[in-house]
Amino acid sequence: MITKQKINPSKTKILNALKEVKDPELPVISVIDLGLITGVRVVDSNTVKVSMAPTYTACPAIEIIKNSIKKKVESLGYGDVEVIVDKTVTWTTNRVSKKGKDALKNFGIAPPVKFKGELTQENMRLSSCPFCNSKNTTLNSPFGSALCRSIHYCYDCKQPFERFKPI
Amino acid sequence: MKKKAIKDLIYKMADDELIIGHRNSEWTGLGPIIEEDISFSSMAQDKIGHALALYTILQETFGEPDPDTVAFLRPGKEFKCCHFTEMPNGEYDFSLIRHFLFDHAEKIRYEYLESSSEQNLVNLAKKITGELKYPVLHADTFIHQLGNGSEESHARLQTAINECFDQSLGIFELGEFEQELIDNKVFPGEKALRSRWFEEITPVLEGAKLKLPDIKNEEVGFGGRKGHHTEHLQPLLDEMSEVLTIDPETKW
Repeated sequence: MITKQKINPSKTKILNALKEVKDPELPVISVIDLGLITGVRVVDSNTVKVSMAPTYTACPAIEIIKNSIKKKVESLGYGDVEVIVDKTVTWTTNRVSKKGKDALKNFGIAPPVKFKGELTQENMRLSSCPFCNSKNTTLNSPFGSALCRSIHYCYDCKQPFERFKPI
Repeated sequence: MKKKAIKDLIYKMADDELIIGHRNSEWTGLGPIIEEDISFSSMAQDKIGHALALYTILQETFGEPDPDTVAFLRPGKEFKCCHFTEMPNGEYDFSLIRHFLFDHAEKIRYEYLESSSEQNLVNLAKKITGELKYPVLHADTFIHQLGNGSEESHARLQTAINECFDQSLGIFELGEFEQELIDNKVFPGEKALRSRWFEEITPVLEGAKLKLPDIKNEEVGFGGRKGHHTEHLQPLLDEMSEVLTIDPETKW
């Protein structure tokens, strides 16, 4: 009789290893903390299937991230590793973990606020400054140096800053 | 038959995205202010990414050639984009008005597709509607600010919309398989899309004190969905594929 489903120890090991795989555009946050990984399936001692949801449809880093994930899992001794893009899961910034948000802030990018589906001028405009925590800021442009970021300005510490925009 | 109809729908959507995406990219380095330079460049990346996702569906599900071949090596007459997307950028006022009119239609189209009977389109639409909130917000904000800005900025926007509005209706030119798409619940159709589009753009224009021009010729921008294009498409395609066509077999 099966009483409790055990967590597969090899799966845990893979998930831990993936904490070292970073988004090349945001080298401080792992694919786990970004919420990109939607599934890990250990088929047998040689075969693993990882599924991931990309941040943006047009994200140019998808192929690089897929390759980094594949190499990382292969380094654990699996010969047949497949990374597939999971089209059934829609990635949103709500998938970013608390740890991920802290890492973004420490890197100087304001983390996304919780997104409830409706983008209003207000939640677009209001952002805390990642440097001095002031809320006295303004939106300069909804588009920044990468698709996932917007450009803001802090009136208190007089710094422009980027924000991971909520979607 | 249903397959042919869905293919036609995906082709026209993808071609619109690719061509307007290329036009957006022509603002890179030339934007009137740095933020607008970045915005149009980002939107170019977005649109071309959407085109890639749609061409990928065509390849994976409908057996069409790979996305690069479809995007770069097709003759102009096989493109299904509407004339509005082909027009040269002109001044920033026209580019902004086009971005506003096109992106609202694009957003509503994907919102409809979230409940399509074609599952491939549902998954993609769910993703893209989230992303499109930003370009639409961008367009609405700039229309509002410039419409309520100086006399010149207001006059420029009004002139731009007066001149291109009829042509923008080419977005809604009926395709060959319109009724089939509606009957099979793939998509509620261009007429439904157009009427919701009017509902959405009207309050934004009013808020910017801009008048929706009277329609003089409904069909002036028609033809693109059937492969008939303006003289502006071919030079764009030639430029876009210039490097690739030097040696299409080269491995990158």
